[in-house]
Amino acid sequence: MIIDAKGIYYRQLNEMIKEAVEAGETDIVLQNVNGQRYIGTNLGRPVNITIHGVPGNDLGAFMDGPTIVVHGNGQDAIGNTMNSGKIVVHGHAGDVLGYGMRGGKLFIRGNVGYRVGIHMKEYKKQVPVLIVGGTAGAFLGEYMAGGCLIVLGLNTREGEPLAGDYLGTGMHGGVIYLRGQVDQERLGKEVAVFDVDEDDRKLLEKHLSEYCSDLGLSLDEVMSRPFVKLLPVSSRPYGRLYVY
Amino acid sequence: MNSQLPAEFRVVVDKERCRRCKRCVLNCSFGTLRFENGVVADDRNCVACHRCATYCPENAITIERNPLAYKYNEHWTEEHRKNILKQAEQGGMLLTGMGNDKPYFSYFDHMVLDACQVTNPSIDPLREPMELRTYLGSKPDALEFEETPNGLRLKTKMPPQVKLETPIVFAPMSFGSISLNAHKALAMAAKELGILMNTGEGGLHKELYPYRDHIIVQVASGRFGVNREYLNNGVMVEIKIGQGAKPGIGGHLPGEKVNQEVSETRMIPVGTDALSPAPHHDIYSIEDLAQLIYALKEATGYEKPVCVKIAAVHNVAAIASGIARAGADVIYLDGFRGGTGAAPTIIRDHLGIPIELAIAAVDDRLRQEGIRNRVSIIAAGGIRHSGDIAKAIALGADAVAIGTAALIAMGCRLCQKCYTGKCAWGIATQNPELVRRLDPEVAAERLVNLIRGWSLELKEILGALGVNAIESLRGSRERLRGVGIDAQALKILGIKHAGL
Repeated sequence: MIIDAKGIYYRQLNEMIKEAVEAGETDIVLQNVNGQRYIGTNLGRPVNITIHGVPGNDLGAFMDGPTIVVHGNGQDAIGNTMNSGKIVVHGHAGDVLGYGMRGGKLFIRGNVGYRVGIHMKEYKKQVPVLIVGGTAGAFLGEYMAGGCLIVLGLNTREGEPLAGDYLGTGMHGGVIYLRGQVDQERLGKEVAVFDVDEDDRKLLEKHLSEYCSDLGLSLDEVMSRPFVKLLPVSSRPYGRLYVY
Repeated sequence: MNSQLPAEFRVVVDKERCRRCKRCVLNCSFGTLRFENGVVADDRNCVACHRCATYCPENAITIERNPLAYKYNEHWTEEHRKNILKQAEQGGMLLTGMGNDKPYFSYFDHMVLDACQVTNPSIDPLREPMELRTYLGSKPDALEFEETPNGLRLKTKMPPQVKLETPIVFAPMSFGSISLNAHKALAMAAKELGILMNTGEGGLHKELYPYRDHIIVQVASGRFGVNREYLNNGVMVEIKIGQGAKPGIGGHLPGEKVNQEVSETRMIPVGTDALSPAPHHDIYSIEDLAQLIYALKEATGYEKPVCVKIAAVHNVAAIASGIARAGADVIYLDGFRGGTGAAPTIIRDHLGIPIELAIAAVDDRLRQEGIRNRVSIIAAGGIRHSGDIAKAIALGADAVAIGTAALIAMGCRLCQKCYTGKCAWGIATQNPELVRRLDPEVAAERLVNLIRGWSLELKEILGALGVNAIESLRGSRERLRGVGIDAQALKILGIKHAGL
């Protein structure tokens, strides 16, 4: 089913998508999307939504199930508090992606802005995966409590940093993989850099083969550069603060 | 380091009365009492929770303030000196529980309500109907009606409303900070009373799903337990920005309290710290707040009012105006007496403003801007009795939230040790042995009794004022007078001094 979103207010558009899903549609194509917010938020079923254009903020906020593919750039707060499902963005995306994300996958082909992956967490079988093809801004993975964050730095220039300052500040769970080196001064004091081992490599291959297949990239090329991983140095970064 | 701190209390056991049944020893959860040929007390551990004294069948136990005299000093009080000793020994921030206990001026205690005499008759609520029912939610600017064969019909589509049988809700207290039995008691009482309980930031345990029509689900910065199922398992969604006891700072549930059930409800692994960042990192502006408000409305099909809870701070009126314009249906104002399971003492005691001033300032501002109808106001932070409720409503609140009072009704003795997880009354603990002490049905009955009593008192107050609905008192500041309040504060409160 194709919906032309041109000039349609977000509330109406989301209502139209919801009605289509309730009528049994499983594949919905949205044309001419231009800033409409909250697409996918009110859907609780594993449907496929293809977006042509630029969806607005909070794409897939609280999302539970759908798969969204964006042929274009994304804006801010994609996958906010997402529970399950998948979002693939073929272009760049903005700030605060995957905030409090508990499950599902968020694949960005290009660069992302500030505050990405803050307070991602995991629970039982729900382990969120956020992959950035380009580079990320400051505060990547702040307060991270679980899940897997991967930054590839594809098409970066020699010496160009993969992420901004305060990387992993307050991190107390989960793992961040970087395809390349990271300057010590960019790190939050709650994380440290480790070499990747065989298990990491398997995990990376698993996630990245899906990423590459979704975005038409070569896995071999992506895996051709060495990765490092960031882990929290303590699961209790804020212990010993108080007097009883 | 050996502590030089003297005990705060002394446990005195009357040797003649004591029958050595050891019930006190079994009841003490703070490790104060032990049995060695008689009950022996390590006074330093006593927090005056009164559990032992309450359960002593012989009334043999009294708790005394340690009379150890400190050289008198108006500036360097005993408390200041003890705190310095404590920090010098351990380093770190002083931690405490419950609300600000410092002797700030209480505006509630310096306001009185009007009553009818002679010319305007009072009403006897025992014989005449008296309306306490309150609807929380955004009200339209105007109502439109249309003629139908069956008479007039409301044409205006009403925004979602939540009905309260009495203008009181239970304040947000998370499962994690308090026990599941305490949560159950609040939910059961809310259902029985036709009011609401609030999950706080800890998710909603599955056993509480049957009470969904009486639950406010909270979304805070950690987003613990928040998914579509959770959002749709309440009648209202609340975004927590701030809390009166700790404005501007985050929360921190230590891993020790994250047992299997807390883990399932918060949706985090067992034993991990649950850190709630100070701000929501997706909200740095009113526009961002509007974005989250509408994300929640989208996620719940525009069927539930969205509330925004803030701590009452400087410029609260402008902040509230922004929240109303951002699309919130309800604003929850939490004054500086508001309680907490854990907060740095210095934050609790020195940040934020009194709720009385905040209610008046916010109500004024929203009226001036012509948007008061767009939001309902819940006021909280130190509401101790129905008189405080009547005054808060007369100042402009639609309803009040009570946390501390509800806990006291369930058995809390305000020992302020919630953060230790050792609560002897089974309230602020996850220790199964202690949680068992709180029977949810008994606790719910105590809550129902309290709210019933307060509601009866509210009706008496309304009757004395000569009005027959709480709606007639709402924002009716003419019915309030100040006693011993300075001119500036009277102006902010929008009330006259008594005698005028």
